[in-house]
Amino acid sequence: MHRAISAADAAALIPDGASVMFGGFMGVGSPNRIIDALVARGARGLTIIGNDTAFPGVGVGKLIDAGCVAEARVSHIGTNPVTQKKMIAGEISVDLIPQGTLAERIRAGGNGLGGILTPTGVGTVVEKGKRVIEVDGRDFLLELPIRADFALLRAHESDYNCNLTYRLTATNFNPLMAFAAVCVIAEPDEIVPVGVIPPDAVRTPGILVHHLIERPL
Amino acid sequence: MDAKELIARRVALELRDRTLVNLGIGLPTLVARYVPPGISVAFQSENGIIGFGAPPPEGMEDPNLTDAGGGFISALPGAASFDSGTSFALIRGGHLDMTVLGGLQVDGSGRLANWMVPGKLVPGMGGAMDLVVGAKRVIVAMQHVAKGQPKIVASLALPATATRRVSLVVTDLAVIEPTSEGLLLRERAPGVSVDEIVANTGAALLIIGDVPEMPIAIPERDAA
Repeated sequence: MHRAISAADAAALIPDGASVMFGGFMGVGSPNRIIDALVARGARGLTIIGNDTAFPGVGVGKLIDAGCVAEARVSHIGTNPVTQKKMIAGEISVDLIPQGTLAERIRAGGNGLGGILTPTGVGTVVEKGKRVIEVDGRDFLLELPIRADFALLRAHESDYNCNLTYRLTATNFNPLMAFAAVCVIAEPDEIVPVGVIPPDAVRTPGILVHHLIERPL
Repeated sequence: MDAKELIARRVALELRDRTLVNLGIGLPTLVARYVPPGISVAFQSENGIIGFGAPPPEGMEDPNLTDAGGGFISALPGAASFDSGTSFALIRGGHLDMTVLGGLQVDGSGRLANWMVPGKLVPGMGGAMDLVVGAKRVIVAMQHVAKGQPKIVASLALPATATRRVSLVVTDLAVIEPTSEGLLLRERAPGVSVDEIVANTGAALLIIGDVPEMPIAIPERDAA
């Protein structure tokens, strides 16, 4: 069991220049309190890994606005004109990764796999610099695992052992990222006593979580 | 009826009973409004849900329940939610019957470009590359012409979304089926001539016999 820490304490654990996975899809299921704390501490040079950069002023978009990000490894930036502007100005480097490939590369990173073979991206610009491997007459791209220094998760409930549940479409990348970082920090909406979450309802086993953010007051 | 509604109503006739369908952001989303009577379709949103419905009344939205464009939705009885890995396992694994996507260009071999315009617009591919590679049927729903330029071209000037030949292209002027022989003109929009379609298309079209006018779906609530 871990003592819950504040979002500011969590942000202080994450050094400038770190690689950080963020759960969330267009800001839904994002660890918003840790994001606010990273902005407040003036984090710099982060490599962020996640589905998208949401919208200006929303979710991970706040980190873009505040100049915390050096590199974004995401599937989509179309909803955030600030990311596009900073990319064109050379302030942020953007690595666009097909969404399903991103999910599988993170899964590979967290599951001890050497990569995955996917048909997605074959014959497109995504193929550039990658090995094409033929299996049973069909071409696949070898996509390498992605891991990070930190994974910041948004959960619905956590018990005192950090067993996590998620809600609806706020689930998205969170359970995959829980496996794929050196340090995993979970930000739940609720913290409940051990036993409240039935074992079958646990989506992320608490053993994967290093730090828990205290319940919002 | 405006161009987008016409396209959505025609695409809706491609829906089949008891299938899983993914609609892209924008124009394709409109297709859900015109599901023909007697057809039951499960819609997937790639951010992690099968079985979503119309937005809830104002003030009743759930911040944890949105579509892939970030808009609020509802979950229908029997809905299922899941993580992004599972969502793309459905898409890439051959479990998705049909996807409807917007398009920037389709070329003479039926390849789609819909994710970037170099130097101008770089939104990213999101789930589009996985959808085109993985869905059993890929339907492109788009305007025939943009800014006076045909969107159906001999060869793509924009980066391809995949090398796969899409199943069907539905525009405000025509329904076109890419085949191994080329682009087959299947239907004309109401009141549109074959000559008009040819004049607004940048690739060669196969025209066999009379080209019929396209039927369009009448939604259940209007059918009575």
